[in-house]
Amino acid sequence: METPLTIESTQSGLINKKFKAVELVDAYLAKINVQNSRLNCFLTISEEAAYKSAKKVDRLIEDYSTKAFEDYPLLGTCVSYKDLFLTEGIRTTAGSKVLESYIPAYSATYVARADKAGAITLGKTNCDAWAHGASGENSDFGPTKNPWNLNYVPGGSSSGSAAAVAANLTLWASGTDTGGSVRQPANFCGVLGLKPTFGAVSRYGVVAMASSLDSMGHFGRCTEDIKRVFSVTKGEDGRDGTVKNSPFLKPKAKMKIGIPKEYFIGGVDPSVEQRVREAAKVFEKEGVELTEVSLPHTKYAISVYYIISPAEVSSNLGRYDGVRYGNGRQSFGAEAKRRIMLGTYVLSAGYYDAYYLKAMKVRSKIIEDFEKVFEKVDAIIAPVSPTPPFRLGEKASDPLKMYLADILTVAGNLAGIPGLSLPFGFSGEGLPLGFQLLGPRFSEDVLFQLGNIFEKATGYKPNVAHI
Amino acid sequence: MKLTKKEVLHVAKLAKLSLSPSEISTFEKQLSDVVNYVSELGEVDTKDVEPTSQTTGLTNVFREDGEGGESISSEKALSGTEKIHNNYFVVPQVITKEK
Repeated sequence: METPLTIESTQSGLINKKFKAVELVDAYLAKINVQNSRLNCFLTISEEAAYKSAKKVDRLIEDYSTKAFEDYPLLGTCVSYKDLFLTEGIRTTAGSKVLESYIPAYSATYVARADKAGAITLGKTNCDAWAHGASGENSDFGPTKNPWNLNYVPGGSSSGSAAAVAANLTLWASGTDTGGSVRQPANFCGVLGLKPTFGAVSRYGVVAMASSLDSMGHFGRCTEDIKRVFSVTKGEDGRDGTVKNSPFLKPKAKMKIGIPKEYFIGGVDPSVEQRVREAAKVFEKEGVELTEVSLPHTKYAISVYYIISPAEVSSNLGRYDGVRYGNGRQSFGAEAKRRIMLGTYVLSAGYYDAYYLKAMKVRSKIIEDFEKVFEKVDAIIAPVSPTPPFRLGEKASDPLKMYLADILTVAGNLAGIPGLSLPFGFSGEGLPLGFQLLGPRFSEDVLFQLGNIFEKATGYKPNVAHI
Repeated sequence: MKLTKKEVLHVAKLAKLSLSPSEISTFEKQLSDVVNYVSELGEVDTKDVEPTSQTTGLTNVFREDGEGGESISSEKALSGTEKIHNNYFVVPQVITKEK
């Protein structure tokens, strides 16, 4: 059977008895078994758990019919989790040999909520080890390939999740976005990706990268699906002190989008820029006002990020000593070592003020830029990555060059604001292009509304990569 | 500026990482590249600017006493390792015996 492409079509198929949840799992697993050897997007396939959940889903539909979908909003939706999300009883590696055989004793809040909402876990997806990377090539278990062209990277660090959604090996997938790790692979794989507001979704039970930046997001094939999943994952759980049930901003009838000039200067590929400007015109035609805005400290965001993020990484990865679980510190790969070293250096005696404290101050300036702009506009439109997907190996030997791939996404994390990455056509080489919308804190509903307007105006249909 | 071999070794010691000779020379160069790049922040005027450590605006988030909920069982907590003795984790020796 062909697996449906959206939550709506999956659930209506189940209600109308076109297929059973068990048959959905059959179809996904069959496809994963054929394609994973080429894509390498799954590290673990949880067949037993998937069939157990699917049988429960079929029973619930049998017993309660449409009522079951009211009580379980994600009922029958097949999900794959980035291998940073702890899943009780299912191996969780963080893409690292340190956790090669780690079986968590509990599940992340995010996972527990999706389970409770009726989702079916297919497996765990490949990623750059500890979420360090923009290409997927830093996984200790080999790189994930871009389903649109196997010689290209799928983006990172949530590489396997984005590739699995693009190749229709899962209906939706989770990801973490610390410096662009959901938005950028979504952009490279031609799917949608949400980085929520910092403090909107609990991080409890997700392997931490940089604790003031980590956002728990997800991938899907339309705005409506992104919104539905977010309605389940968001909100306080009493286990992550940064999460607050804040009121979300409501979309206005007449909206204004800002085009930040600093996101289009130097190094942005013309094909990328052109697509973003075309997307802006689509909004304009739909009655959204466009205006140029300025975020003057944008050019410093990457430096701030590559001080603050490694500093927090070096602290978070300090706990991996191989005593209570996992292997010892000799099992860290090259990139993890590099970031631990960098973070330890900028925090060490004599350098703290010059690097870490300075970066925290410039972070304030970056936040101030956004605050000023959001007094005037409801959202910002910008490119996600300065280039279309690049070839495997192209940047792997030069860490600094790879770090610069994050240049247009990290500011959103430093400011703690939400971002939605949307696909919009393909390059001349057949590789996906798209753009991101950024809004003020807790403006997810505004971004979803804009996503819906865009999809309707362009007659958007989900694309699936056939390999 | 350039990180010296001595600095690389010092940082590795602080981070409890053992590096091979080739890693040491690679990191000397790569870390110097990154540190040089991020040094551009020196040109930003941050006089009277408060540093930002997090973006939620929340301070001192407490829970009520007794609201902790259930905690993980010792059996589950110990499930990640085979190095157990009498229901405790076995840890590497950290205090040297007197000779």
